[in-house]
Amino acid sequence: MTNLEIELKALMLASLDGNSASHRVLLDQLSRRLRAYYKAKLGAVGRGVAEAEDLVQEAIFAIHLKRHTYDPKEPLTPWIHAIARYKLIDFLRRNHASRAEVPIDEADEVMAHDDSADAESTHDARRLVERLPKGMQCAIEAVKLDGLSVAEAARRCGLSESGVKVNIHRGIKALAALVARDTRT
Amino acid sequence: MKTDDLVALLSTNVEPVDRNAVVRTLSVAIAGATVAALGIAFAGLGFRPDSTTTRALIYLAIKLAFAIGVVGLAMIYLMRLARPGGERMISPLFVAAPFLAVVVLAAISLWSAPPAHWGRMIVGDDWLECLLSIPIIAIVPFAVSIWAVRKAAPTNLVRAGAFAGLVAGGVSAMSYALHCTDDSLPFIALWYGGTIVLCTLAGAALGPRLLRW
Repeated sequence: MTNLEIELKALMLASLDGNSASHRVLLDQLSRRLRAYYKAKLGAVGRGVAEAEDLVQEAIFAIHLKRHTYDPKEPLTPWIHAIARYKLIDFLRRNHASRAEVPIDEADEVMAHDDSADAESTHDARRLVERLPKGMQCAIEAVKLDGLSVAEAARRCGLSESGVKVNIHRGIKALAALVARDTRT
Repeated sequence: MKTDDLVALLSTNVEPVDRNAVVRTLSVAIAGATVAALGIAFAGLGFRPDSTTTRALIYLAIKLAFAIGVVGLAMIYLMRLARPGGERMISPLFVAAPFLAVVVLAAISLWSAPPAHWGRMIVGDDWLECLLSIPIIAIVPFAVSIWAVRKAAPTNLVRAGAFAGLVAGGVSAMSYALHCTDDSLPFIALWYGGTIVLCTLAGAALGPRLLRW
């Protein structure tokens, strides 16, 4: 097991317990690895690296939304790799590429390189949030963009605290769907 | 949008996550699906009328053991397949064990019976009812297990769909067994085994469309 695996798994376990700081470091680290991975993969099938950042963000959404499917008894790298590869194949299929174009790769590849060149994707966060239904929009803006507590957000949006949580969860899912739908060439 | 901004967005006020969510959702879903299938079979077909005879009870037990074996093994796989990369960890061949067992038992029972009885042992009284009932009863359990798998994150959609179909077929066979009066091992092997395989194939075909995320 590599040091990176041990370090990232520890971050993952902390983030599953609700540690926001660990979650942030984890997603930041993973996005750098995913960027290098997607640039290499898209380059290898003759596609522009411009789409790589959209894919990075789709994968980050997926990792965030599906983190409950990580089994702490297993190493983290294969789990990340399976999601990254699934999103790659899904992206290529959406864009009418054949599956044969996706080269077989090893799980370690997804962690192999670090690319911190933080590029812009084609999506605009605030604009995407504005396309959400009102309850989700208010809850996400309050808690995720303005950093209010759930209780404060509940007061601002006129929702119950559990209503805020449900709206944030659904809203992030809806955002991920918007990003995926936009990512077509 | 910069990826940094997305990361910041997703990691503000992170909620703790239930680590057993996948296993629990699937278990509750299949338990619910079993109750639903039993209800549908009971309301639509009724319990077998001769259920007090020893022979009826023995064959009911064999059918239930086969169906429960199928569901139990398929559930273990489905719980893995519901997680990203789960398809890598196991070879799905073990799940053939209950089918092999019932086929071997059917062959032994045919071998020990006079050939004149073979036709009746294989076709039974109501092969058509069995052929139709198991896939029809399986629709509700299939929908429920697909719903549960969608809550997770399968990355091999054909295989996850196939195992959702297998679980649904097994649950359906379990409930149909309470009604079915065709008591012979070749009948169970062909019509129970066959219809469950049919459900599995249907699940494999529908998986990529239903499970995409």
